[in-house]
Amino acid sequence: MAAPASPSTGTPFPLAHRLRDAGIAGLVAMVLAIPFLGLRTVNLDQGLVVQANLAYVPLAGVLVFLGRLILGLLAAPLAKAVAPLTAWRPPASAQRLRPWGGPLLVLAAMALPFLPFANRYVIDLGTTALIYILLATGLNITVGLAGLLDLGFAAFYAIGAYTCALTTTQLHWGFWPALAAGGLASSLFAVLLSLPILRLRGDYLAIVTLGFGEITRIIILNWQGLTGGPNGVSGIARPTLFGLTFDRRAPAGGQTFSEVTGIAYAPEHRLIFLYLVILALTVLAAYTVARLRRLPIGRAWEALREDEIACRSLGINPTMVKVSAYATGALMGGLAGCFFAARQGFVSPESFGFMESATILAIVVLGGMGSQAGVIIAALFIVVLPELARGFADYRMLAFGLAMILIMIWKPGGLLSGRLPTIRLSTAKPKPVAEAA
Amino acid sequence: MGFTLAVGTFLQHLINGLTLGAIYGLIAIGYTMVYGIIRMINFAHGEIYMIGAFIAVTTFTLLLGAGVTSVPLALVIVLAISCTFTAAYGWTIERVAYRPLRTAPKLAPFISAIGMSILLQNFVMLTQGARSKSLPPVMTGGVTLWHDGDFSLGLTNIQMFIILLTVALMAGFTLVINRTALGRAQRACEQDRTMAALLGINVDRTISLTFVLGAGLAAVAGVMVTLYYGVIDFYIGFLAGMKAFTAAVLGGIGSLPGAMLGGLLIGLIEAFFSGYVSSAYKDVAAFSILILVLVVRPSGLLGRPDIEKV
Repeated sequence: MAAPASPSTGTPFPLAHRLRDAGIAGLVAMVLAIPFLGLRTVNLDQGLVVQANLAYVPLAGVLVFLGRLILGLLAAPLAKAVAPLTAWRPPASAQRLRPWGGPLLVLAAMALPFLPFANRYVIDLGTTALIYILLATGLNITVGLAGLLDLGFAAFYAIGAYTCALTTTQLHWGFWPALAAGGLASSLFAVLLSLPILRLRGDYLAIVTLGFGEITRIIILNWQGLTGGPNGVSGIARPTLFGLTFDRRAPAGGQTFSEVTGIAYAPEHRLIFLYLVILALTVLAAYTVARLRRLPIGRAWEALREDEIACRSLGINPTMVKVSAYATGALMGGLAGCFFAARQGFVSPESFGFMESATILAIVVLGGMGSQAGVIIAALFIVVLPELARGFADYRMLAFGLAMILIMIWKPGGLLSGRLPTIRLSTAKPKPVAEAA
Repeated sequence: MGFTLAVGTFLQHLINGLTLGAIYGLIAIGYTMVYGIIRMINFAHGEIYMIGAFIAVTTFTLLLGAGVTSVPLALVIVLAISCTFTAAYGWTIERVAYRPLRTAPKLAPFISAIGMSILLQNFVMLTQGARSKSLPPVMTGGVTLWHDGDFSLGLTNIQMFIILLTVALMAGFTLVINRTALGRAQRACEQDRTMAALLGINVDRTISLTFVLGAGLAAVAGVMVTLYYGVIDFYIGFLAGMKAFTAAVLGGIGSLPGAMLGGLLIGLIEAFFSGYVSSAYKDVAAFSILILVLVVRPSGLLGRPDIEKV
């Protein structure tokens, strides 16, 4: 529980002060440890009994004491050592390479499934990461660009997923029309939701979106006739390539990919295809957002985030701006949901709880709000970290929670923070550093 | 006959709703106080309540093992121990996860709070096990207010205890906020933290005490739930926290009477909706009413509207 909370003002504390500080931390840790580490309630047949493992209590105290002391002593030299690294900025000549970053990243991502180390597991993980990147790109529009805190984004994800599930199983649509329907349905719900709540601000808006997320989940859970309730919907159509399926045998009246191309059938083909589909969707979404940011609508989103009253006085209609931000974000959430449903072949309400909304929001905030590169880094972090920690199965969520706290303390603005508005007036050029100082 | 039965059923739902609402209200006070003073949604507050409930179960089990049979004595001990330890958790959480983020962008403490909530849930699951813990009924009995054939309108001792303790705590709490130096310091920090600091108020200490008080009330709610339902697990904090937060916003976040009123309303909506319409959709009803109220009154029932400054 020891966190590097020592002030970074740089005043060197005397050792006695540090010892006292660490001693207090150790004592607090011992108090906190008593009811949970020291005493353990155990379920037995005849009822609960309490087991005492009081040895853990001083152990926790000593660990926290030492941790706090060492961190306190090391914090200043460590910060000095890291400072040049974090202060490093690419030289101005590298700015010319900047436009190439995105395409290069896309090429690398396209090559991933064909690399020698890419087995099923890697491709699957990459697909999951891309779903989260797409989701977070959508939420980034609402939260990062337009500044509207949304705690119920999983609702749009769920609506997309269930639209896809129901249109393919009930109406026997193919994957691609269902994908379009999923995106549009999510967008439509976003418009309907945003209309009554446009007057709300900040945290009130957040709680209403939270409520909307829960309402959606509960309705899906209980509307047995339509959604199958807790059992979910199975048998969702898989994505096809111009009508070609990736099965071993062709369905009646269809053809498989291996039959047409002559490539021997391999179950990995479907995984690679799914990976490329979600990659294409994500790249399209990221490109669209990058273009939208340069259009009046995207500028209006950012302007609204900065100052709503100023926007109004300049003749921007906040209603339209907010509704469009919600609808565009939800569109991407819906597409991600639809892809998720088709990939799993099965959806159930438990995939769309509040923790899902919180995870997507955590990606946006950890990455640095409004930053597309930040979204990618944070999504990889959030998807890959728990996988790497699989060996510590029980402790991985504990570590996940701790990592979220530590990253926020370390970089409160997110990993890639401090970005400027996309567009600034040419008269408001940032002054040269020497002059400003 | 039919009419009296209908009235009886109505009263029974009312009693159940008030009990539930009292518990939500006590948790909601923690949300509203923290929001009032540092404008932050303390998402880990539901876990604080869960921790209070776990400490209550452990203490009850220890007392039973030690042969304490006097119910009032056991209750006093459990309340005292649970409040003390839970308050220590509340203090530590603020110190570790929120204080370093006091001046950070608005969403940073919120994400830190979500992280803290995940951390605490898993901490309790790992140390105490994932299975739910159940207690033998500690408090039994009650009074039958009225009965007619098969139907009887009852008020159990636990319900009486919960409602009376909540009323007493609310009264005491209002006095603390309105009459004591701590309450004044807190209201001052709520209005303007910088100005309060300039006038000699120790802002850090006031904020810490706010967390301690909020955690204490959540612990009381945890003890009540342990008594009322007799079964808890490491996941109870999530839903209760979310509803209590809804209650705080419904009443107008930042307002103490608002939190209590919101808690009671959410409890009553839940009880009546499950009684008369459908228990599966009771949360939909609660959230829908929240949205409706906010559309009409954007700052909650008793909240003061924000003044826009240009």
